[in-house]
Amino acid sequence: MSSPLHHVAIVGAYNTRQARAIDVPETELLLDAVRGGLASSGGLGLGDVDGVNVSSSVRRLHSREAVMLFGGRPCWTGGDIGIPAVLEAALAISAGLCEVALIATAQALQYTDRVKTAPWTRPSNEFVECFGLFTPAEFALMACRHMHLYGTQPEALATVAATIRNHGARHPEAIYHGRFCTPEDVLASRMVADPFHLLDCATTSEGGACLVMTTAARARDLDCQPIYLLGGGTDKQGMAYVTAPVWDRYGQVGKRAAAQAFAQAGLTPADVDVLELYDPFSFEIIRQLEAFGFCDEGEGGDFVMNGRIAVGGVCPVVTNGGLLSFSHAGLAQLLQKPISAVQQLRGEYPQALTVGAQVAITSNGGSGALFCDVMLLGTEQAA
Amino acid sequence: MSHAGPIPLPQPTRLSQPHWDGCKEGVLHVQRCTACDAYVFIPQPVCTHCQSDQLEWVASSGRGTVYSFTTVHRPPRPEFETPYVVAIIELEEGWHMLANPVECRPEDVHVGMPVEIVFRQMSEEISLPFFRPA
Repeated sequence: MSSPLHHVAIVGAYNTRQARAIDVPETELLLDAVRGGLASSGGLGLGDVDGVNVSSSVRRLHSREAVMLFGGRPCWTGGDIGIPAVLEAALAISAGLCEVALIATAQALQYTDRVKTAPWTRPSNEFVECFGLFTPAEFALMACRHMHLYGTQPEALATVAATIRNHGARHPEAIYHGRFCTPEDVLASRMVADPFHLLDCATTSEGGACLVMTTAARARDLDCQPIYLLGGGTDKQGMAYVTAPVWDRYGQVGKRAAAQAFAQAGLTPADVDVLELYDPFSFEIIRQLEAFGFCDEGEGGDFVMNGRIAVGGVCPVVTNGGLLSFSHAGLAQLLQKPISAVQQLRGEYPQALTVGAQVAITSNGGSGALFCDVMLLGTEQAA
Repeated sequence: MSHAGPIPLPQPTRLSQPHWDGCKEGVLHVQRCTACDAYVFIPQPVCTHCQSDQLEWVASSGRGTVYSFTTVHRPPRPEFETPYVVAIIELEEGWHMLANPVECRPEDVHVGMPVEIVFRQMSEEISLPFFRPA
C-alpha cells in the first residue's frame, strides 16, 4: 500500500549519555542530543532544520521555545511524543510543511535520590490511588489475567527479562552494561507486584535522545545510510491509570496499529528481522508478540523460550537492553526504540548484538496504559 | 488491607459524587444507560457504549468475582501495609472496578473467587468499597 510515510527517511539517530541520575543542566543535555543527532546525519546542521519537536522533562522546554533558541527562523513544530512524533514529523515532511525535522528530548536533575521513581508511575485518580495502585500493579493485572487464561508461566516472564537485560549487558552505552543475569536471578529478585519481580520492571534513569528526518530524496545526498519509514499506526484506548485494565477490552491494544503498519509496508511479521518493542515490564513483550501477529494469542509464553527472542534467535527483541537495562529516561526512552532500530539496521552495534537486519518493528506504550504505537523501519525504501 | 497512616482519599467531582455518596450510605452506585442498558464505570458524562446522555445511577448488587489480581509487596507509599492485594472485580451485572480484597489472606485470593462488597469509613466524607469472600 502506498503511503506518504514512504517518502521520508531517518538520517540522524543519537543517544546522549544515560545514567540513573544526570547532574548537568537539562538544556545542556538537550543540546548534546541535538548536536549528536545532526552529526550522525552526515551533513545536516541546525541551519537546515525547519521542523522542530524538541522538549525537556523538568525545565519543560517546548518546541516553540526551542525554535527561538535555534535562531527563530520560521519552522513547523510538532507536539507528539515518541513514535507518534516520528510519524507526525514524517507526514509534515511528506506534505511539504518542512523538509528537515529534528525530534529531541532530554531529562536531567529529576532524580535526586535512589528511591525516587518516575512521577508518571504514580496515578492520582480517585478510582485508583486509594487502592494502592501504581504502574507495576496496573500492568500486573494484565499479566495475571493472561496467566489465568493461557497458563503463561513466571519462567516465561523471567526469560524475557533476562534476555533483554543480557542484551543491555553487551551494549556499551547501557546503564546496566556488564550486568548479566539468568531467569533464575529474575525469579529470585524481590517481588514488586506479583507476578513482577524487581528485575521484570523497567529501571528509572535520565538522558537525552534525538532523531533527524528528511525526504528520501534529500537523504540520498547525505553522507549517511538513510533508514526508511515503511509503515506506522497509533492506538489509544483512553486515559491511562483511571479505570480497571480489563484484559478482554485492552489486552490487544496495538493490534490495529501493527496491522496498519504491516499493510502500509506490504510486509508480514515473517519479514521482520529485529523487534525493538516497548518493555516497561517483561510480560509486555509476550503480549506484543501476540498482538502484532508474531504468534497466536495465548502462545507468547511458549514463544519466548529456547532463545527465540535473543540476538541469534529468529525474533530478537530489544537488542539495546531497553527500558529494563539501557535506559528509561523521561520521553527519550520512547524515541530510543526507533533509535535502536536505526542503529541496528545501520549495522552500528557491537558484533555480539548485531542481527544483520533489513526490517525492524518498533513500539511504544503498553496494555496497562491503554495505548500502543507501532512503526516499521527498513534499509530499503518501500516500493 | 490495613493502612499505617492516612492514605490519599478520593476527592469527588460533580460527576463522581453520586458514587461516593452511595459508598457512604453502604450502596454501590454505578451509572446505567437508559437508552442501551449498558453499565458505565468509571463515571462518565455520556454512555461510552451508545453516547446517549441518558445515564441514571442505579444500585449494584455488590456481588461479583475476582477477574484479575496482584499482590503488592513494594507499595507506592508507605501508608499501604504490604503485602496487600489489588483486584479487578467483575460485578454480576457485567461491569468492572478496581478494589482491594479484604477479610482473607493474600495467598487465598484467586481468579474467579466469589466476593461481595463491604464498605469502610475512612473519613467523614469518604467510605471506600472493599470486597470480601462471599
